[in-house]
Amino acid sequence: MILDWLLDGMVALLILAAALWTLAAPTPFAAVIGFVGFGLLASLAWVRLAAVDVALTEAAVGAGATGVILLQSAVRLRRGAAEVAAATPGRATTLLAGLLAGGLGLGLALAVLALPATVPGPAAEAAARSAEVGLGNLVAAVLMAYRGLDTLLESIVLVFAVLAVWAMGPDRHWGGIPGPRFARQRDGPLALLARWLPPVGIVIGIHIAWVGADAPGGKFQGGTVLAAMWVLAWGAGLVRPPSVADRRVRLVLVAGPLGFLLAGLLGAVLDGSFLAWPAALGKPLLLLVEAAMTLSVAAALALLVVGPPERRA
Amino acid sequence: MSGPVLYGLLGAALVALGLFGLVVQAAVLRKILAFNLLGGGVFLLFGVVARRTAPAGLAADPVPQAMVITGIVVAFAATALAVAMALRMYQITAAVTVSPPPDAQAGDA
Repeated sequence: MILDWLLDGMVALLILAAALWTLAAPTPFAAVIGFVGFGLLASLAWVRLAAVDVALTEAAVGAGATGVILLQSAVRLRRGAAEVAAATPGRATTLLAGLLAGGLGLGLALAVLALPATVPGPAAEAAARSAEVGLGNLVAAVLMAYRGLDTLLESIVLVFAVLAVWAMGPDRHWGGIPGPRFARQRDGPLALLARWLPPVGIVIGIHIAWVGADAPGGKFQGGTVLAAMWVLAWGAGLVRPPSVADRRVRLVLVAGPLGFLLAGLLGAVLDGSFLAWPAALGKPLLLLVEAAMTLSVAAALALLVVGPPERRA
Repeated sequence: MSGPVLYGLLGAALVALGLFGLVVQAAVLRKILAFNLLGGGVFLLFGVVARRTAPAGLAADPVPQAMVITGIVVAFAATALAVAMALRMYQITAAVTVSPPPDAQAGDA
């Protein structure tokens, strides 16, 4: 009990310290490093809250993928210290913002303390649905069946985000190669890692996506690992991002959402409601959609990390 | 007080810190970081609620957990877009903040 308290207290303090550092760090680069630390520590908090699926997602997406994007931009947005100093609000605004934020935090803290010990939730209904679709991992069952619409829309959000990021490129580069170009690494730790890690990482990524049906894991966590392996090879100059006009890339990107949508429509025809997994086809169909989604999530995450087109194909 | 309550209070503190940073910090990249801290706080509050609606035999309610997973992925997509927009703005105007340039402010006055 005391050990639990010590552990929780330490994790909470470290998270708070990482968050403070993220806000107060002297350089943007140091702030981003603080944020990645914050994400990794937050995933520890999720483990302590018995939410292992969330912990995996937070570590992979919240800390890892977000961290890579932020680090890239911190390197590119290094200048402008004078402009930032000129635009930083004065003491009165800071005080007002402090009062506003402090008041909100206090209100939320009081709400947390006033929460009833246990209240009935929708979990029982979700558990019933999970038995129907044959998924042992309740979180996966919620993602695919009980709240399938959320997941479908989320996968479409990823596609739209890629489109929006691509649209940030200048007109003359449309249809070109996205992202910065990295020199091919022939020696050193990056060259070694980029050759040795992907074969292992790809197997692990697929494994995480596959066991997600019955254990912590799933398409988002597995897809992120797959994307990370490609990003590693890209960073070492071993692979080149495909042109944004490449039809194969676009097909991989939309395969998951499209498969999900078609399966949902099939449910509407066979079972009378959209996204009802038809009992006759149930699990095989679901696994097919999950596989397509894993590929699409991996492609979307990698393309979001790479960024808008920056040069001609 | 128990472990989940502690993390709930931490979530509340993170929301406050994130909101404060979002208002007070001028650089766009810092604002994006603060926004992500705010989001992390909201997710933690969700996690605490997930412990409270957990049915017998389960450690945590799977429904809020699934929604937090969705939230983390959407927050990542939003961050990627925000960063791409910040970089494009920097390319075009060489600005790293969203405040109007000093000469424009002088013109208004």
